[in-house]
Amino acid sequence: MTTPTTSRPPSLPRLGVFKFASCDGCQLTLLDCEDELLGIAHELDIAHFLEASSDIGTGPYDLSLVEGSVSTPEHVERVRRIRDQSRHLVTIGACATAGGVQALRNYANVEEYLATVYARPEYIETLATSTPISAHVPVDFELRGCPIDRGQLVEVITSFLAGRKPGIPNHAVCFACKRRGNVCVTVAHGTPCLGPVTHAGCGALCPTYGRGCYGCFGPAATTNLPALVPLMHRDGMSDEDVGRFLHTFNVTAFTAVEGEGPG
Amino acid sequence: MTDPENTVAVPGAPTEAVLDRDGLDELVRVLVRRGRTVIGPTVRDGAIVLDELESADALPYGWGVELEAGQYRVRRRADQAAFAHSAGPQSWKSFLHPERVRQWSAERRPDGVLSVRPEAPQSVSYAFLGVRPCDLRAIRILDRVMGGGRYRDPAYLSRRTGAFLIAVECTEPGATCFCVSMGTGPAADAGFDLALTEVVDAAGHRFLCRSGSPEGAAVLAELPRRDADEPTRAAAASAVSEAAERMGRSMPPVDLRTLMRDTLEAERWDDVTARCLSCGNCTMVCPTCFCTTTEDVTDLTGDHAERWRRWDSCYDLDFSLLHGGPVRATPRSRYRQWLTHKLGTWHDQFDSSGCVGCGRCIVWCPTGIDLTEEAHALHQEATRTESAP
Ligand code: SF4
Ligand code: SF4
Ligand code: SF4
Repeated sequence: MTTPTTSRPPSLPRLGVFKFASCDGCQLTLLDCEDELLGIAHELDIAHFLEASSDIGTGPYDLSLVEGSVSTPEHVERVRRIRDQSRHLVTIGACATAGGVQALRNYANVEEYLATVYARPEYIETLATSTPISAHVPVDFELRGCPIDRGQLVEVITSFLAGRKPGIPNHAVCFACKRRGNVCVTVAHGTPCLGPVTHAGCGALCPTYGRGCYGCFGPAATTNLPALVPLMHRDGMSDEDVGRFLHTFNVTAFTAVEGEGPG
Repeated sequence: MTDPENTVAVPGAPTEAVLDRDGLDELVRVLVRRGRTVIGPTVRDGAIVLDELESADALPYGWGVELEAGQYRVRRRADQAAFAHSAGPQSWKSFLHPERVRQWSAERRPDGVLSVRPEAPQSVSYAFLGVRPCDLRAIRILDRVMGGGRYRDPAYLSRRTGAFLIAVECTEPGATCFCVSMGTGPAADAGFDLALTEVVDAAGHRFLCRSGSPEGAAVLAELPRRDADEPTRAAAASAVSEAAERMGRSMPPVDLRTLMRDTLEAERWDDVTARCLSCGNCTMVCPTCFCTTTEDVTDLTGDHAERWRRWDSCYDLDFSLLHGGPVRATPRSRYRQWLTHKLGTWHDQFDSSGCVGCGRCIVWCPTGIDLTEEAHALHQEATRTESAP
């Protein structure tokens, strides 16, 4: 990347990066775009990005990247305000697209969780559920992953600037795994792998290093879990293991397709 | 490209000989010296994969494989055979028709003018060592699909033209092989530069080597070798004919093209759909599946754009996406598209079957869906329906 020498045009599209209930890993992916960061800063006016600068610009924003799930009553109001201020809103990461690991509480008693985790639960104001941004406001594009993939984030930003659809395939991790020339860990090693039901995007990172995919990008466009679960049992997982395997970062998304046959 | 018509040997050059292991070592050295990138089988990550070979030492001496539907394991053999295994997770397609190739790039100059640059042809010169007879046929099928007909693909042809093919006849078929049903193996008759048949018996470990092209004969002439003897010839011939008797799978003895055409509404499609993950592994390991999609890439400034082509699959929901949605929205329609194309409509399109009986799709399907079993089931269902009153 060469340092741009031309001066900025007067009105660059304005970028906002916002956080809800999340770990910050996805927005840090933007700072992690070392080779592209200067280019991004040259093409976009980074108006609101607290991880990068405390210099906060008010809306409206042309492109908003939203990380995190809606987890408190305050979030419900705030996400609407951000939507109102955003021309194009992209959610990034498993929290924002599926509710994240904190959505485990959707299947439990939240009062019990509060009592277990916090010394003074009465100070905590929380919703009973953790939900994706799309459950509250219209979303223009959802980028998956826990965390998101750097290359995919750059593609989303680049395609926004070019006014085209992002080139983000919706098929399973197996597609990427085979394209990468990996030896399938399930077929050749008997290692349980969620690749056949998981959305591509990571470049089949885990199978490349000999371990099974654990589904951090959530379900692919089509899944058939009833056909995959018996393989996981064959390869030594108990029902409880399978449950834990599926119910992590994308618990709501996998739960939604769990009982479904081929889709 | 190997020219089956032009098999007349250089005068005086050998057309048949016996090589020892040092002959095989020298074969790789000679090919490398001739500027070839030699690709062949080698052990990696618990499988016998295809990779660039620096020397014949990297060949899987002493390794075999155990195959079943949805299962693959490498196993130590009692002997030191190099080629006593069957198809692995990749095929020669990975080299001739790579998973992603750039087709052109474009620049927008400061004055706004666009200039488009076509991709320069590949200058690689391949030698493929260990091409099985089924895979020789698969390459011939790809030649028709990618390099024949009205639209010839320069990306394919630049890799394929001049590629040196060393076939290896099959003496150890896998439990998922059915080349006999498809008429593609286990013997190699044409379409190679050299063909090897590995023999391991009391008389030693050796390779019967035949040339099938002038270049093959010229390479053979450079190798340490001895004249082909009758016992080696006989041992090689019987190893191959015994292999034909030991096919792990078979197709129903009917015209598969008609079977596919006449069973489009069979109930069996629902049965296989319940087991199919739509994961696309079968198409990506298949040595003849060729489908791709287009990827347009721009940089942040929008001044530089590239068009790429990457492997896609009829199992991908987006593969048949038109305005309004995918044409093949159900997994049933996607599995059926795959099998009926392979065994049926491929004939209409390219004048041959699209399946060569290598068994890769059976092995590398995580849930172990077996197209021979599906074809048998479709045949039985059709027969039942016919004989029903
Ligand atoms: S290792 Fe996992 S992701 Fe890769 S092909 Fe096998 S099942 Fe699919
Ligand atoms: S359909 Fe299956 S058996 Fe036939 S050529 Fe393709 S991978 Fe091999
Ligand atoms: S047949 Fe097997 S490999 Fe092919 S898409 Fe279905 S589950 Fe995947």
